[in-house]
Amino acid sequence: MRIPVDPSDWLILIPEFILLGTAIAILMIDAFAKAASDRSSPWISLAGTAGAIVAAVFLWGNPLSGFGGMIVNDDFGVLVSTAILTGTALAVLISVDYVRREELPAGEYYALILLSTIGMLLMVSSANLIMIFLSLEVLSIALYVLTGFARMRPRSQEAGMKYFLLGSFSAAILVYGVALIYGATGTVDLQSIADELISPGVLGNPVLLAGAGLVLVGLGFKVAAVPFQMWTPDVYEGAPSTVAAFMSIGSKAAAFAALVRVLIFAMGGLRPEWLAAVWVIAALTMTVGNLVAIAQDNIKRMLAYSSIAHAGYILVAVAAANRLGLQSIPFYLIAYAFMNLGAWAVVTAVTRKGEEAVGLSDYSGLFWSHPVLAGSMGLFMFALAGIPPTAGFTAKIYVFMAAVAADMIGLLIIAIVTTIISAYFYLRVTVIMFMERPAEPPVVTVPTPLAVAIAVAAAGTIWLFLFPGVTQSFTDTVARLL
Amino acid sequence: MLPAHYYLMLSAVLFTTGTLGVLIRRNPIIMFMSIELMLNAANLAFITFSRYQRSLDGHIFVFIIMTVAAAEVAVGLGIIISIFRTRTDINIDDLNIMKG
Amino acid sequence: MIAELVIFIILGTVAVATGVAVILSKNPVHAVLFLVINFFSVAMFYLVLSAQFVAFLQILVYAGAIMVLFLFVVMLLNLTGAIESVQDKLPAQKWVGLALGIALLLEAGVVTAAGVFRQVPAAPPPSPNFGTSAPVGVKLFFDYLLPFEVTSVLLLIAIVGSIVLARRRTY
Repeated sequence: MRIPVDPSDWLILIPEFILLGTAIAILMIDAFAKAASDRSSPWISLAGTAGAIVAAVFLWGNPLSGFGGMIVNDDFGVLVSTAILTGTALAVLISVDYVRREELPAGEYYALILLSTIGMLLMVSSANLIMIFLSLEVLSIALYVLTGFARMRPRSQEAGMKYFLLGSFSAAILVYGVALIYGATGTVDLQSIADELISPGVLGNPVLLAGAGLVLVGLGFKVAAVPFQMWTPDVYEGAPSTVAAFMSIGSKAAAFAALVRVLIFAMGGLRPEWLAAVWVIAALTMTVGNLVAIAQDNIKRMLAYSSIAHAGYILVAVAAANRLGLQSIPFYLIAYAFMNLGAWAVVTAVTRKGEEAVGLSDYSGLFWSHPVLAGSMGLFMFALAGIPPTAGFTAKIYVFMAAVAADMIGLLIIAIVTTIISAYFYLRVTVIMFMERPAEPPVVTVPTPLAVAIAVAAAGTIWLFLFPGVTQSFTDTVARLL
Repeated sequence: MLPAHYYLMLSAVLFTTGTLGVLIRRNPIIMFMSIELMLNAANLAFITFSRYQRSLDGHIFVFIIMTVAAAEVAVGLGIIISIFRTRTDINIDDLNIMKG
Repeated sequence: MIAELVIFIILGTVAVATGVAVILSKNPVHAVLFLVINFFSVAMFYLVLSAQFVAFLQILVYAGAIMVLFLFVVMLLNLTGAIESVQDKLPAQKWVGLALGIALLLEAGVVTAAGVFRQVPAAPPPSPNFGTSAPVGVKLFFDYLLPFEVTSVLLLIAIVGSIVLARRRTY
């Protein structure tokens, strides 16, 4: 009898299985022991995430592929998965007290976070357009629910609605692009598409180009690239802060991994065709993201535009499509996971019940009442602006080097100029915290899990600056794939 | 058999109709149905390509897309219901607590 | 050939007309019913294209289950009135949308007129039972077992998510 799948193929998915088992366990405990679940779910999910990280690291250096090439486990995938799992672990830590304070249903909350992470991990290792679409939906549908999770807060519901409509719209565009690519090449397997592209008849096929364009639009929505970013500020503002933190890392990293696999691994032969589009999108994303961020008075909206801008920098590396670019993407994502989640952790600490106190003025004089908290926020702002000694600096340097190596001087200049502009609004937060000294400084309590998350994020932000080589040896093997 | 481009053209028209629906309508339920129309157009394209390439892969993709659509409908209608519990109208532009 | 062309013209007209009707209906109930007809006509196309299994799925799952759910929600929330108040705050968006739509349509026309798929040989299906449940099922459970399993995660999310969102009690 024919065996559907080689049993050893399932080994590649151990991290996903650990997360799935944990999510189901949480749901079961929630169903049968409600009281225990509210206390234990965050710790169970943290343990599950840690297990998944261990399993992912265990799979490191074993480039395998399974399920007929549908899933690949290469170093690029493992590194991006590490970024995602780091983001998940930190997001769980900052959720512990937030979920209690906002009276959200704990069991479902953590289960959905873990299920969404499964979709992200699958999307990172998918080497098949249908698997990319399916895992994109797994991660997105869970995020739609999480965005609208605070059902008593109209803004959360509305953000859920907007995210849902625009997210499904982009998914429908993506899937039509997949259909056109399938029509033009007869396959949705990325490796086979790359093989097909060698024949000149396929290369100039307008159907293929239209399909690739639609896929680019669909993934552009997910990474929040301009002009497909319009949902981002509203969703980040309306969603619970912890969910915004979670999705700003996870869904972006997963979508970038898919973008790299589609554009570089599968359609590297079409680079002359897609380069102009990615170039323009990257330039627009960096410019619009950073310029509009200046005008924001709400810290959550500011971080939303900041996340748009950072997508632009990663797109520069995608456009470069060279060895350095491929190395810099996982590094950028891991560094971004630390610094961005750190910033969101501080935001979570400062906001009060019902998502109040999210204005920049709520940070005025924070240093004088909470020096450590304000100091960490300053560090994260420095990192996001790309100022040393932080991982954000190193990540940006890598991207700039990739742009130089690809001879994209125009894009490099835009990237540098927008980085300088971005320093203004990141440093403004720091200035507000340190320079102003209000009569009554803000009262903020920092529960232990949140403090741990901030400490880990801060340590990671500095550690990656001091030892960028930690990921270097692994990213070297990434580049071999080119 | 008719040449494939008959069916592809029809699929493109349906897809465009759905896209227009999302862009010009402000009623979430109708926008959502327009998205279903777009997915349906993609399904038609998949089945057409599948038939003309004489491979069954496209049928599987349609199967998967239908499942995804079902999941989206469940969650999307859940969101609409939860909004409707707190307010009586759901026009997306009225959702203006937040700036567009 | 002629028979197929006649079928194509009739069903195609129905599909396009109902599709346009969906996006133009003022009343969501009408839109749902038009969409059901649209799904039916597309299901007929699937039959013409030797995709029997998918055609029945389309009618059972899409036209049957999903659209009933839509209808149920529209009726439950009593959305039949003119919720879409005429005050459109983004009139420009309509024109942008229209321009974009026409551009898309032109692109589709160019793509197909480019003749890429004109010469596709109209070969008969590889086997008489092409597109019936047996070969599709074999394909699904052998080559596409992983996506099939992943859909179970998706459905779990949908169940948990819709219950969380729609349940009444506060906690």
